[in-house]
Amino acid sequence: MTQVNYFLTEEQQMIVDLARQIAKEKIIPVRARLDENNEFPWDIMRDIAQADLFGLYIPEQYGGFAKGCFENCLALEQLAYGCIAVTTTFAASALGGYPILLFGSEKQKARYLPDIASGKRLVAFGLTEANAGSDAAGIQTTAVEDGEHWVLNGTKQWITSGGEAEIYTIVAMTNKNKGARGATAYIVEKGDPGFSFGKKERKMGLNASSTTELIMNDCRIPKDRILGRNGQGFLIAMRTLDIARPGIGSIAVGLAQAALDEAVKYARQRIQFGQPIISFQALQHMLADMATNLEASRALVYSVARTIDDGKKDTAKISAMAKLFATDMSMRVTTDAVQILGGYGYMKSYPVEKMMRDAKILQIYEGTNQIMCNIIGQALNKEYAKK
Amino acid sequence: MNIVVCIKQVPNAKTVRYDTEKGTLVREGVEAIINPFDFHALEAGLHLKDAYGGEVTVLSMGPPQAENALRESLSLGADKGVLLSDRAFAGADTLATTYTLAKAIEKLGPVDLVLCGKQAIDGDTAQVGPGLAARLGLPYVTCVNALSVMDDEKTIQVRRINEDGYDILELEMPALLTVLASINTPRLPSLKGKMMARKTEIPIWDAEGIGAKPSMVGLTGSATRVVSTWVPTFEARREMFGGSAEEQVDALVSRLKAAGIL
Repeated sequence: MTQVNYFLTEEQQMIVDLARQIAKEKIIPVRARLDENNEFPWDIMRDIAQADLFGLYIPEQYGGFAKGCFENCLALEQLAYGCIAVTTTFAASALGGYPILLFGSEKQKARYLPDIASGKRLVAFGLTEANAGSDAAGIQTTAVEDGEHWVLNGTKQWITSGGEAEIYTIVAMTNKNKGARGATAYIVEKGDPGFSFGKKERKMGLNASSTTELIMNDCRIPKDRILGRNGQGFLIAMRTLDIARPGIGSIAVGLAQAALDEAVKYARQRIQFGQPIISFQALQHMLADMATNLEASRALVYSVARTIDDGKKDTAKISAMAKLFATDMSMRVTTDAVQILGGYGYMKSYPVEKMMRDAKILQIYEGTNQIMCNIIGQALNKEYAKK
Repeated sequence: MNIVVCIKQVPNAKTVRYDTEKGTLVREGVEAIINPFDFHALEAGLHLKDAYGGEVTVLSMGPPQAENALRESLSLGADKGVLLSDRAFAGADTLATTYTLAKAIEKLGPVDLVLCGKQAIDGDTAQVGPGLAARLGLPYVTCVNALSVMDDEKTIQVRRINEDGYDILELEMPALLTVLASINTPRLPSLKGKMMARKTEIPIWDAEGIGAKPSMVGLTGSATRVVSTWVPTFEARREMFGGSAEEQVDALVSRLKAAGIL
């Protein structure tokens, strides 16, 4: 059967093969255990590091492969086929790494990017707070200059890889009167004085990833840890998210592919009323809908990622579309997969139950899908005002 | 440390089918993989290279497509791959295979350690490792599941698994070992390795290139012939005993006695 041809280069196909091999050999055999025990996947992170995938998007002079958003998406999709909790840990390192790559000084890049590219140190991105979720301008963490240091105070919430990562890119307010323009980004390292972690959160799914508070209590960091300029924090966060969001779309696609594979496999072998249930039109139409929306999501995500790599600016709208469409699809497909497996689908001994629990986060993190709609709507308003 | 790892490309046992009429394996359309034991031999070699430096050369005799197995080895970190491929090599049994491999290893130059998998999953003879050691005049140990290099970096200590337990043995390099799957967990390829593997040239050596005598290679150089292969038939019969429990026990005892089991 002919599949859609996305015209991958030989190198891109290598990345796909390598990430799929990791998913098959290293992730799938242990994913249920990691989920059950809320276990952080250090072994798999080391495997991914050894396979060189942490360095995909990082320039060659820092030990990376100088690939783009698209190649990162290809890797994410294949890893997500195995487990999106594991993949989120991998993806969070890029989310935390991009601000350094995009806005870091030469000195900061030389200091941090080689370790990020080799996977020696994980990175985390700290924006969200208890009172600043969708409204990131409501950040209450503050940063004040004190001689040769910055002093940070406040608490970040629900930070992926909290406690496990060693490098944190954090947004704090330097001038509350200026609103979003008064936010500044910093690099904080595990071990900095006054920097600690809250308890590990218990979640609905995504259990193999670590989610904690970051607590800054008179946290003193050297002056040269500021990222970009004073007041650029919000811009840095938004630019980072614009590049990262197609990646969430890819994770959604990989997860949905895994759920579809399970659903079709089951529907072909489950006998009811004397025949495989896939022979019933009710199921065929469900599966057809799942497969078609999945492929449409993949095509959109790939196209958006390639557009970003083409160097286009102001990609907020299309990045949001890729995230919105693919993650809503993934929630539906994983839910339908559970439905097709029926009672078995609801049992923990079959993998689709975890897939459905995990899928929900995709519609929430890196900007809720309602915020994605806002971004798209505002962009349309701007676009059409110019016409 | 100069290490040579011998690998064989074999059909994936999980997907292979059997033609019952012809009595042969259906190889068309079957995925070819590196013999699983050889993966562990390669990992053992790469592990030693990581610790002590040197070079790992992977050697395989087979048809031109066995080049894929060598490229896969390069993507895992091997430095060089050499393919022994010649129509004259076809149909080789273990006698001819060990002769051919030995000639190639001699051509490669001084070697400290030759590593092989315990056996190939298609032929299952487990003769190539020991046979090759005999050809090369090297001391060897089979069924190794642990390996360490002593402080002098000339002696190796190995653990050989046998039916009753294990032996700890020391031998001086150069030497040959065949390894079990339990010796290590093979690494994954890396992207760098895959990119390198794509670019690396893999030389193909033929019989003339390794200075092999035509009478010693392939089917001509083989002492054995596969006359026929077949799937053994397996018949299970059953007998049901009736009557009371006592009668059934009596019947069972007399049947077991008649069969010479009791």
